Amino acid sequence: MAGAGTREYKRRIRSVKNTQQITKAMKMVSAAKLRRAQEAAEASRPYTETLQGTLARLAGVAYDVKHPLLEKREDVRKIGYVVITADRGLCGGYNSNLIKATSSAIEEDDRKLETGMVAVGRKARDFYRKRGGLDAEFINLGDKISYADAREIGQYIMNAYENEELDEVYVVYARFINVLRQVPTVVKLLPIETPTAEQTEGQHVIDYIYEPSAEEILLTLLPRYVGSLIYNAMLEGKASEHGARMTAMGNATENAGEIIDNLTLAMNKARQAAITDEILDIVGGAEALNKGGK
Amino acid sequence: MADNTFMLEIVTPERILFKDEVDFMVAPAVDGEIGVMRNHAPLVAALKIGVLRYKDGKGAEKKVAVSGGFMEIIDNTGRILAETAEPGEHVDVLRAKASKERAERRLAQRDETINHIRAEQSLKRAIARIRAAGAD
Repeated sequence: MAGAGTREYKRRIRSVKNTQQITKAMKMVSAAKLRRAQEAAEASRPYTETLQGTLARLAGVAYDVKHPLLEKREDVRKIGYVVITADRGLCGGYNSNLIKATSSAIEEDDRKLETGMVAVGRKARDFYRKRGGLDAEFINLGDKISYADAREIGQYIMNAYENEELDEVYVVYARFINVLRQVPTVVKLLPIETPTAEQTEGQHVIDYIYEPSAEEILLTLLPRYVGSLIYNAMLEGKASEHGARMTAMGNATENAGEIIDNLTLAMNKARQAAITDEILDIVGGAEALNKGGK
Repeated sequence: MADNTFMLEIVTPERILFKDEVDFMVAPAVDGEIGVMRNHAPLVAALKIGVLRYKDGKGAEKKVAVSGGFMEIIDNTGRILAETAEPGEHVDVLRAKASKERAERRLAQRDETINHIRAEQSLKRAIARIRAAGAD
């Protein structure tokens, strides 16, 4: 009968449609979350910019200040990488691109030193736990990045640095360009390279009063600078994650549509073939009867 | 801009908490409080955990608990950068009092495993929040 062939197609179309609904919903959720992540990144800008500007000015005034976080070590034995990934998958190559970028950063370092991984996000944690060399993990931080979390991560790496467990620290995160493009980026965190004051100094040199002194303010700002670098990397990463997921889910929805079209076409062909068969049967039967009648 | 006001901005990593013209402000600098009025000289000051006070355009005094930051004053704009800032009227006094007691208990224990610096900091933060709420 005609129904037997098409029933299987109908079942499969229904199944693909269900998947498509899920991917479509995920895409819309990611779009909303991306907007929120971008707003959060925007909201953090005044703090970051003021902090960097002040730090640059202070570094110009207090250039001979000594602090362990500023000092470049002669004897570097272990390098730390803070790798910021997502907690979940279904976002295309987002997580694996970050892990790949980390691996090639390690590969390109000619010193071939020991590495310590600090995983931010479950995907990085899972990978480095399997591969080995996982020093610390910060997972399940959720979609709303809080500065307190960034601070805690900063505290951890600054402690490890000051205890000489780590001699250099980098952060790996995905820089958000647009929904289609997120670029894995490696940035040095420690020792701190203070932002240079070239741009600000050219415009106007202002004689500030420093209370208690430029050196002391600089020293209190350094840990905050590390915290803000990590916070910004996490915010960028979050926006990138949602952008990547949006694109991946958009593609999945499109692919599902294509599969549905193909299945519908195949189903119609099968039904048509079944009808043609039936007509042939009837015509054949009628002709046989006619011949018999003569 | 009115004759005797200046711009005050209170900025945290997560958002701009406050941005408006004020008559007067007192910030908790590390070596004591610093009062600021219009036409203050350019200044950068480190702040300690404490209470920031300002008088808004209507003459009402407001208090904000701030922790970990600095202030920068230039061209009649005072910018406070703090890791956390909480307006007094938003402080949950019961919670602040509970964390004050917790910190005090910890400090009283003299236990080697307790991080004294951290306990002291959280005690200071709790006291600042209670004072900002006006519940001290």
